[in-house]
Amino acid sequence: MTTAEQTPLLEIRGLRIEGRSEGRWSEIVKGIDLTLHRGEVLGLIGESGAGKSTVGLAAMGFTRDGCRISGGSIRFDGTDLRSAPIRERRRLRGNRIAYVAQSAAASFNPAHRLIDQYCEAPVQHGVMGRAAAMADAVDLYRRMRLPDPEDIGFRYPHQVSGGQLQRAMTAMAMSSRPDLIIFDEPTTALDVTTQIEVLAAIRDIVEQFDTAAIYITHDLAVVAQMADRIKVLLQGEEVEEADTETMLASPRQAYTKSLWAVRSHARPERPPAGPEETPVVSVRGVTAGYGEIPVLHDVSFDIHARRTVAVVGESGSGKSTTARVITGLLPPSAGEVLFNGTALPPSYRSRDKDQLRQAQMIYQMADTALNPKHRIREIIGRPVAFYLGLSGKRLTERVRELLSLIELEPDEFIDRLPSELSGGQKQRIGIARALAAEPQFIICDEVTSALDQLVAEGILTLLDRLQGELDLAYMFITHDLATVRAIADEVVVMKEGKVVEQGGKTEMFRPPHDPYTELLLSSVPEMDAHWLDRLLAERGEVPAGE
Amino acid sequence: MVARRLGLGVLTLFVISLLIFGAVELLPGDLAQEILGQSATEETVAAFRRELGLDLPAYQRYLAWLGGVVQGDFGTSLANGRPIADLIGVRLGNTLFLALYAAVIAVPLALMLGILAALYRNSLFDRAINVVTLTSISFPEFFVAYILIVYLSQTGFFPSIARIDPDAGLGEKLYRTFLPALTLTLVVTAHMMRMTRAAIINLLASPYIEMARLKGLSPARVILKHALPNALAPIINVVALNLAYLITGVVVVEVVFVYPGLGQLMVDSVSKRDITVVQAAALIFACAYVLLNLLADVLSTLSNPRLVHKR
Repeated sequence: MTTAEQTPLLEIRGLRIEGRSEGRWSEIVKGIDLTLHRGEVLGLIGESGAGKSTVGLAAMGFTRDGCRISGGSIRFDGTDLRSAPIRERRRLRGNRIAYVAQSAAASFNPAHRLIDQYCEAPVQHGVMGRAAAMADAVDLYRRMRLPDPEDIGFRYPHQVSGGQLQRAMTAMAMSSRPDLIIFDEPTTALDVTTQIEVLAAIRDIVEQFDTAAIYITHDLAVVAQMADRIKVLLQGEEVEEADTETMLASPRQAYTKSLWAVRSHARPERPPAGPEETPVVSVRGVTAGYGEIPVLHDVSFDIHARRTVAVVGESGSGKSTTARVITGLLPPSAGEVLFNGTALPPSYRSRDKDQLRQAQMIYQMADTALNPKHRIREIIGRPVAFYLGLSGKRLTERVRELLSLIELEPDEFIDRLPSELSGGQKQRIGIARALAAEPQFIICDEVTSALDQLVAEGILTLLDRLQGELDLAYMFITHDLATVRAIADEVVVMKEGKVVEQGGKTEMFRPPHDPYTELLLSSVPEMDAHWLDRLLAERGEVPAGE
Repeated sequence: MVARRLGLGVLTLFVISLLIFGAVELLPGDLAQEILGQSATEETVAAFRRELGLDLPAYQRYLAWLGGVVQGDFGTSLANGRPIADLIGVRLGNTLFLALYAAVIAVPLALMLGILAALYRNSLFDRAINVVTLTSISFPEFFVAYILIVYLSQTGFFPSIARIDPDAGLGEKLYRTFLPALTLTLVVTAHMMRMTRAAIINLLASPYIEMARLKGLSPARVILKHALPNALAPIINVVALNLAYLITGVVVVEVVFVYPGLGQLMVDSVSKRDITVVQAAALIFACAYVLLNLLADVLSTLSNPRLVHKR
């Protein structure tokens, strides 16, 4: 499709972008070249900090606050976006180049209805009148397979589900019929089952209008479905670029190979606990909810020492609510939680210090789970002092031990603030804080989903090692089945507050499955450029769910 | 939701009425003694106390007072025997007139300056506005008032005494009360302007503002259409607080410009031990606060689609 004589739609040469942190400018994009022809989809892939989004935004002549373009050129259809006056760039944005953001829920203005936001760009840029734009919105909502296309536009963003919002945002990007769309991780925040529908809809519409696209993601399997070509970035530099088939079949660079390799990691299931062994935690017939609305219905499962139980399901299936019941944050309306065979008081308020100590949590967002004003010494030291009553030299000694345990150099880290740590290091501190209480049982709530694959891999290996050394029982809440494969012994599948299937990992990943488990499993993107086509064909192209 | 807030408002007013009554009870001195003078015999003072109802226990007087107030009867002034409703009516009218006058200037001005400051943030213009408004709020009101008198009254532009004739035309009234209104404007603008600026700037880092920019919208449209509607709740609340201040906090300004408002009446009545008038004025001020805050709550609720349009 790439012909030499055709002028490219977008041509970026030697792009350098600097970011400002703590008063200094440092280069975050270090000379990227990028060529995109009409109707072509380029996948931009790399870990966080690789500069994917920065490059994507620069293709619109835009930099975030605190960033500046320091070198290179960006030509879009004959216009140099670096030297063009701001009015000229504004005329292109939302008109000939559009943007689809990672979180549609955050990127739609909560104060306006969807259709008003749809009409804004075409009306402001004089592409069409308001009446025409509204009619067009309904048409595109239909093409994006949104339910109730006539009326959905008249809702506010909070009245529409995440997957639908993401499709509405793609429709909005199409509103001025742009030549180029930047997709910035459009499905990262979605459940696997919803992701498929959004991917299929995006691919359809891009093909229908022959729009060129830059598809930014950290998920290789996703980009394989979407892109004609893939470019791999690492710390602001290009690693390699090739067409999708070649890239999947034979990545040349070591870094690319390492990205590919993560996917294949899996730990075998440990032998099951004997029937005579008392489970560390036993959830028995728990029903619970917020206010009048029940969220959990008769949930039961056991977790044994030295074993990991993965609780999987889509968002809203009750995974985190189950964790809240176990920790006593949400007293159940029926059922009970046993700890080593003894019933725990329903509310954490009536549990004694030892009961509280035995069950700890690690959170998804290490960023927000650590107090930004406390040093590592205090963050880890507090539970040590509180639960174990250590102080002074012995307290410091224990904190240092814990830091060594999570593979961080005590001298270097003990007096740092959370802002001086990387994402993976923050999560390690979260783990150390949980270990500080010397618990028997830890709930890991989506602990790797905010991390890059390689970093996540490190965290999973660490958790696995600690489990062996300290005889821990884990409850692993996740929506990512690759994580389940990597770490679980048993799997509990939840849907709408009920347990639909549970059992050993090996058995769970072997057919026949419960229909819902089957849907979940088949929705996980595979490293195969034709996976989505095959899956849609198998499912008869009927969008599932919703 | 609104009904619940309304109920809470009534409850607040009830508690305030108790506080006002209790506080006035604690005032030292005795009204009957004050009026009759030091030479009055004990019998005459006692008889006068009976006549005024001061001999009854406190709770009975409270209930009688509250009962009257609920029916719109504030009783009579202890000092001169005139019905309080008449006494206060004119003064309240004057106070509200001045407050409204100042608000009509100050609120649009503050919002406009706040929006412009957010639009041109960190520019020379932004800093200039901040310096000017902060300066004007940092001086005591009477100082601002005297400065204005020096520059605008002694030069002959506006009268420094704002005594208004009830029969005067609107134009005349506006002219005579211009200086007090301007003083109040200078005092309240800074709060509202800075809150508007801060509330808008606070939102500029949100993803939906970036989205608006990436749609190629003009900076003015990004601020007015995308940031402002989401910044309304804090702005409404600070505006309400300042409006309440315009009604209840203007005593000093009234005194400087000899303006016959409610605040001055209250101060006079305190010095005369005219407790029924003090109570009535205090209650009216409390009402203004509660009502304006209630209004602010309702408006901020209405400005949030999440609360208006349920899922």
